Amino acid sequence: MDRLFRSMLLTEIVKGFLLTLKYIFFMPRVTINYPYEKGPISPRFRGEHALRRYPNGEERCIACKLCEAICPALAITIEAEPREDGSRRTTRYDIDMTKCIYCGLCQEACPVDAIVEGPNFEFATETREELYYNKDRLLANGDRWEAQIAANLLADAPYR
Amino acid sequence: MPKVTINGMEIEVAPGTSILQAAEQLGIEVPRFCYHDKLSVPANCRMCLVQVEGGPPKPVASCAMACGEGMIVRTDTEVVKKARRGVMEMILINHPLDCPVCDQGGECDLQDQAVAYGFDRSRFHENKRAVTDKDLGPLVSTVMTRCINCTRCVRFAEEIAGTPVLGQLNRGEDSEIGTFIGELVKTELSGNLVDVCPVGALTSKPYAFAARPWELKKTESVDVHDAVGSNIRVDSRGRDVLRILPRLNEDINEEWINDKTRYACDGLRAKRLDRPYIRSESTGKLLPASWPEAFAHIKDKLKGLKGSNIAALAGDMADVESMVALKDLMDKLGSPNLDCRTDNATFDVENRAGYLFNSTIAGIDSADLIILVGVNPRYEATMVNARIRRAWLERRVKVVMIGQGGDLTYPYDHYGTSTKDIEQFVEEFAGKLPAQKPMMIVGAGVFRRDDGLALHGMLFDAAEKLGIASKDWNGFNILHTAASRVGALDIGFVPQEDGLDFRSIIAGTKDGTIKALYLLGSDEFNARVNIGWKCFTVYQGHHGDHGAERADVILPGAAYTEKDGIYVNTEGRPQLGRKAVSPPGDAREDWKILRALSEELGKTLPYNTLAELRERIRGEWPLFRSIDSVTPAKWSRFGEKGKKVQPEQLNPYTDNFYLSNPICRASKTMNECVEAFIDTGRLSEAAE
Repeated sequence: MDRLFRSMLLTEIVKGFLLTLKYIFFMPRVTINYPYEKGPISPRFRGEHALRRYPNGEERCIACKLCEAICPALAITIEAEPREDGSRRTTRYDIDMTKCIYCGLCQEACPVDAIVEGPNFEFATETREELYYNKDRLLANGDRWEAQIAANLLADAPYR
Repeated sequence: MPKVTINGMEIEVAPGTSILQAAEQLGIEVPRFCYHDKLSVPANCRMCLVQVEGGPPKPVASCAMACGEGMIVRTDTEVVKKARRGVMEMILINHPLDCPVCDQGGECDLQDQAVAYGFDRSRFHENKRAVTDKDLGPLVSTVMTRCINCTRCVRFAEEIAGTPVLGQLNRGEDSEIGTFIGELVKTELSGNLVDVCPVGALTSKPYAFAARPWELKKTESVDVHDAVGSNIRVDSRGRDVLRILPRLNEDINEEWINDKTRYACDGLRAKRLDRPYIRSESTGKLLPASWPEAFAHIKDKLKGLKGSNIAALAGDMADVESMVALKDLMDKLGSPNLDCRTDNATFDVENRAGYLFNSTIAGIDSADLIILVGVNPRYEATMVNARIRRAWLERRVKVVMIGQGGDLTYPYDHYGTSTKDIEQFVEEFAGKLPAQKPMMIVGAGVFRRDDGLALHGMLFDAAEKLGIASKDWNGFNILHTAASRVGALDIGFVPQEDGLDFRSIIAGTKDGTIKALYLLGSDEFNARVNIGWKCFTVYQGHHGDHGAERADVILPGAAYTEKDGIYVNTEGRPQLGRKAVSPPGDAREDWKILRALSEELGKTLPYNTLAELRERIRGEWPLFRSIDSVTPAKWSRFGEKGKKVQPEQLNPYTDNFYLSNPICRASKTMNECVEAFIDTGRLSEAAE
């Protein structure tokens, strides 16, 4: 009886429409106008890679190759040799971003916080070749995002 | 024979065996830093502490304590674990935590043992000490702050290398390893310092920061820089050989290799022949060509030549397979003119006992008198020299030298320098040599003379008279310097019936009897000067060196790390060299080149695979059936009997140790060694 009554008067449809109308007129908006507005991201967000520098401009990476060793997708390629001053530095640091699975193990492995996955997620390209990052590109990323990366690392530090 | 019980397992060991060795025999791991199988025992790292029940009331250093009858040893108690943790913490007090920049990272004893036996944190908050780095030359780089003072390097330099220039200075916290005021470690074994160092204090300079051990492909192979046939491990990444390490073989090189073997590998990447070349007839320049063009050119040039107008020479680093293929090809072309003795030597090649290191290298350990004839083993076969030094060090074996002297790292009696002195020595000691197992080591270099055959015969007589060869001991040894030589002699890569030998071939190229010459990696002589200009010369090899300079056609071959091949060392021990990387560019494995050429010439060789070729080799020469073992040769007459020998000086090979073959000559590291160890200031002078 109850069921018949409800189905005859279309109460469920009315309820549904009311809910919709409530969200349209009375609830706060949840969508954002994406390219102009962005949602919040965690300090632990794993986005585009970057190679960082010390404040004095010296690159952090010391070519220990731990990130290359741990990378499950084998996306990182490193070659190293002594720099003129005898220190250990990379001559090549490539990340194939098409292979990368953004697991974040490289930054976990890094003993000097050189390779990090920064907050940037907007690096789509039109060709695959543009996604083969080399050392210059990664260092440039680091320079560009340093302020935010440093802030993120600081924010996450108490939990490590 | 004392019986000991270690962790409940009983074992009977030889008297004098240490607890650590006994534990090793049982498969129980005891951590250690200062103890090394081949070096003396200082017991200064204290890492190998174990507990001996009923023994002293404290843990004992197992490397220094000999097993006693009925000893009960435990390596797994709390006391032992605590002691190890304490020692580890102590060692790590001053060891920097720079593993990420250290080249030893990933293959470091300290790293591994810290994880396995160490404590997970340090209670030391003061500053770590810092130690000045030392200059050990162009091969070994030092980061002395990492040193844990195990003194393995000091003991190595003193005991094995025989150059006591390293030592421990000062005491306590200030103690450090140093060299005798500004001296370099001038030894051909210095690369082994890197291997014995359990931490990253001594690392390889040419390999600095190049790769991590986990990235490398490891291939077990043999060395071809000398005729000892040291066992090596080739570490490669991609197409590059990055480093060469020794592989344990108690019969040959134990666990050492010389610096040429270890560090010449950068020569494998320089001055390589990576495509065929044909010399232009109009300009005289070498022009790049394709394989079919090069083969067609050779075919064209060989057309109409009689077999006796063609000759072939095999160089110092050729493998047995390619020499067999070349020999077969020459046979089909009807040429009897083959030779492998490109160093101008003449000696009897019929009797195997006459050209082998008969007593085997391990035989040095039981010899009680060693007569060196015209040989400088330190530079011709460093591993043999290291054994003789050990025999001297352990048993004070008597060494006699007839030939040019020099510093051999052990004392010897010098009996003169010429063939006359051999006669005199024989006269003096015939039948009354004060030794049961005397040994005579003759350098192959002494046969580089016109009456080499007579000298060979004279040496046989000398060996007979001195009683060097008896029923169960053959102490007559020829020490070759070329890795290919014994293999070539065993397969008969020597003048066939009515064939010409090396000297006659070279003379023939000038007077026109030899119209075509095939060089299989022959770079030992100056081909441009020696080979007549009319003679059509084909060079097959891997480096642009003497042979390629003269050649009319160059066929690019593979170096020893780039092909599977058999090499027979000076003892007559066939060993397998294995392919680690591919040859560069268009270069091919040598036997394949010969097989392809034979087809082009219409004389197709009857094998298509390496397995078929090896089957042929094993079929004709049974000694190749037993790889890695020596087939002894029967002692019988060799050389010319009763001929007068000219009283000439006995000269060893005087070649520069670091630049003796095309790979070394192309190697930057070897050239740096020459400057540092031999001609100090050579490069700077040349620049001026």
